[in-house]
Amino acid sequence: MFMDWPLLSLVIWTPIVGGMLVLATGSDKNAVEAKVLTLVVAIATFLISLPLYTEFNTQLASMQFVENISWIERFKINYHLGVDGISMPLILLTTFTTMLVVLAGWEVIKTRVAQYMAAFLIMEGLMIGVFAALDAAVFYVFWEAMLIPMFIVIGIWGGPRRVYATIKFFLYTFFGSVFMLIALLYLAVKSGSFEILDFHTFKLGIEAQILIFIAFLLAFAVKVPMFPVHTWLPDAHVEAPTGGSVILAAIMLKLGAYGFLRFSLPITPDASGILDWLMISLSLIAVVYIGFVALAQQDMKKLIAYSSISHMGFVTLGFFIIFAIARKDANMSGAVMGIEGGIVQMISHGFISGAMFLCVGVMYDRMHSRQIADYGGVVNTMPVFAAFMVLFSMANAGLPGTSGFVGEFMVILSAFKANFWFAFLAAITLIVGAAYTLWMVKRVLFGDVANDKVAALTDINLREALILSVLAVAVLFFGLYPAPLLEVMEPSVENLLQHVMQSKL
Amino acid sequence: MNFQIPDVMPALPEIFILSMACIILVTDLFLNKTNRGATYMLSQATLVIAVLITVASFSTSPMLTFSDTFVRDGIGDVLKIAIYTATFTVFLYARDYLKDRGLFKGEFYVLGLFAVLGMMILISAHNFLTIYLGLELLSLSLYALVAMHRDSAIASEAAMKYFVLGAIASGMLLYGMSMIYGVTGSLDLATISQQAAQLSDKLVLVFGIVFLLIGIAFKLGAVPFHMWVPDVYHGAPTAVTLFIGSAPKLAAFAMLMRLLIDGLGSVIAQWQDILILLILMSLAVGNIVAIAQVNIKRMLAYSTISHIGFLMLGVVTGTQAGVSASMFYTIAYTLMSLGSFGMIILLSRKGFEAEKLEDFKGLNERSPWYAFLMLVLMFSMAGVPPFLGFWAKLSVLQEVVAVDMVWLAVASVVFSIIGAFYYLRVIKIMYFDKPEATEPVGCSRDMSVLISLNAIFVLMIGLFPDSLLSLCLKVVSAS
Repeated sequence: MFMDWPLLSLVIWTPIVGGMLVLATGSDKNAVEAKVLTLVVAIATFLISLPLYTEFNTQLASMQFVENISWIERFKINYHLGVDGISMPLILLTTFTTMLVVLAGWEVIKTRVAQYMAAFLIMEGLMIGVFAALDAAVFYVFWEAMLIPMFIVIGIWGGPRRVYATIKFFLYTFFGSVFMLIALLYLAVKSGSFEILDFHTFKLGIEAQILIFIAFLLAFAVKVPMFPVHTWLPDAHVEAPTGGSVILAAIMLKLGAYGFLRFSLPITPDASGILDWLMISLSLIAVVYIGFVALAQQDMKKLIAYSSISHMGFVTLGFFIIFAIARKDANMSGAVMGIEGGIVQMISHGFISGAMFLCVGVMYDRMHSRQIADYGGVVNTMPVFAAFMVLFSMANAGLPGTSGFVGEFMVILSAFKANFWFAFLAAITLIVGAAYTLWMVKRVLFGDVANDKVAALTDINLREALILSVLAVAVLFFGLYPAPLLEVMEPSVENLLQHVMQSKL
Repeated sequence: MNFQIPDVMPALPEIFILSMACIILVTDLFLNKTNRGATYMLSQATLVIAVLITVASFSTSPMLTFSDTFVRDGIGDVLKIAIYTATFTVFLYARDYLKDRGLFKGEFYVLGLFAVLGMMILISAHNFLTIYLGLELLSLSLYALVAMHRDSAIASEAAMKYFVLGAIASGMLLYGMSMIYGVTGSLDLATISQQAAQLSDKLVLVFGIVFLLIGIAFKLGAVPFHMWVPDVYHGAPTAVTLFIGSAPKLAAFAMLMRLLIDGLGSVIAQWQDILILLILMSLAVGNIVAIAQVNIKRMLAYSTISHIGFLMLGVVTGTQAGVSASMFYTIAYTLMSLGSFGMIILLSRKGFEAEKLEDFKGLNERSPWYAFLMLVLMFSMAGVPPFLGFWAKLSVLQEVVAVDMVWLAVASVVFSIIGAFYYLRVIKIMYFDKPEATEPVGCSRDMSVLISLNAIFVLMIGLFPDSLLSLCLKVVSAS
């Protein structure tokens, strides 16, 4: 019944308009109204986004829920939306996470509440817009506009070095994106429209492909982030308020990876094939080196930020390993597994990193410190919380049975089909990852009660327990039964691979 | 001798503005301080009626008159309407500011209207002489406006600099024109275009073009002829800066287009490289030096320089689509510039100039609405979607890419990243810093409505830019 509705537009614009309404509630005197309204809008958006899954035809590889109307005739830009099996789960992840983030900020944010809440709602709509856009100009508009609310969120409600962090975040991303803009303009001028799907079939010479690939790489690598342009992420994460960190880690990083799938691979397949050594090396550096960097962190948020970079390395590894597999044998099942593993890892990392940041947020709200050294023996005073945190840490380390295992395992398996050493290096992280996560858990949660502050801690309240248990269910569900996710994305991934394996020269 | 009375109808708006400016000049003599508001109302009414006249006689096909020295076309009409609107906005924003500082005099409005007339003539020029005439009328009115605050040393200094450098630029322009006249034997733009293409020896022509470009670059404020811009923007009373920073840019674009495209379009190879150099230097100097400014008027002056660089990007392609993109950029820039200088005026009070960046500290806590408006304007200037400034940048960049100058597009966006920093800093100051002043922020109701509309337009045209973009393309293609 929902197929005729402009569902995607609704999912994009409900939170944006809702955010405007929340802004209109004004000063902090109406903080409660602002919060309730925000929660209502966030839940409504989540509910509206559900039919995207229930009504989704898993047999089709083409775009579904398509909307296409002319927007700017002068440049042949259309307001063209649609989702396939790759973008649809990410939209659900966005609506789901935003709901939790609104709840997470419920008691913590005390100043300019309406602006805080509105920023997250508007950001939600814009991020969904990025996933749903099928027109490059529409994509770019959402992609850039999204920076504005995040810039404000980190800058106003962030930590002591928030201004440095937020300007660095903005400029880094802006830097990467403008080159993508030029690449998109080039494609649009040559092909005559801004349609992404037309770009996919548009023939390009190898030199143009390589330049365009590099332009895309600058934009997406900053966002993912890949080594060596990852340095904004630890700063932004550490300074951002909990909600900002969660959105950054759970969704914004996925946008970069999504960009590789939607733009780099299908538009410049030959360049991607030629330069895959670069992508694989950068991914492996992220996986191994950043993993060791995480081991050395004293600050919990920084540690999780570095672990995010390391985990995102798996995603890009999975995406770009396909060429090495294709060169070895004609059977594409390994390549399909690589990409699918990458996507599963994206979704799972969304849940796990979000949950980890929320856990740190729970402790930070009580102790106002993120230093590992300030903690110790938290399990004695917060047993329920400790149980959750241990679960999420295990998932972060890739324990079988949690969603963290599925994606990493798939990527490592497909890496074996390409080259033993790739797989070996990637698999090392399972050890390093376990080391830094569990070592942090040991120092923070276990042992004797470290100081009076820890002794005075109170366990999580109902609101916090609700947020964490929802996430815990998600992590376990996709860990034990990832089939629904894989089923949805399978035709789209195969279709993507067909495009990628066809030379454009 | 057969003397024909020329068809004056195409010049009706100009004639109307001229008559009204004279009437207001005389009327103002009979007004005393208490009823000077009449001058203001009369000037505003003039501008509104001028819009109506221009719209009523709007036609996209070009009409030549006064022995082909004057052209009425769609580009001109659109730009003129933009100029009336911008000047209307300037007069409204400036009113209370001028009253508070004892500058609320008839001269402001009369000079303003004469400047408008100068711009209109410049826009409609189809002959070197008409261009010069319009340009001088515009410039002389502006020199006088800058000097209006005669007790202020900094304003007098600015006016002096503006005048001397402006006069040199006019001299250069004239010199260039005379050389081009020498080789082509004509002052008429269309004839020059034909003749220039047929020249076998282009040496003198190139010399002429160089001087012409120097003159244009001076008037536009393109690097390396930009020295006057920051001093004049800073020294002039903010109300005058508001005026200089908005409407004359539309006229300057028209001059650029008339001279280079209409007049010298056939010899684009001779000026393209020079213009590219001017663009790159403007983008570099404008964006980098703006970072070091603490005075927001100076910062916006350098930002103007960088926007001029972007604006010229469309013209440098030499295509119709490129010119229409530049035209869109100019209109967009005028709208943003009006809003930003309007915000400075809004924050200024009697005896207090909100000129320093730190005067914007914590604006979000003092007045979230005005802070939001300024946020829209700053992000738009930085070229972040979905605001108007983004589409302006996108359209010129697209045309540059379309003529295969991808490297130039890449260089421009690199500088725009540097530029983003100082716009972000304004937002940082408004949103992330604690307020130092506690006075309530406010202004008269009409200004509050207009400045809100101004910023909302920047957002709304950003969301639906098609009609303005198509209009620009339509009028440029028709001429």
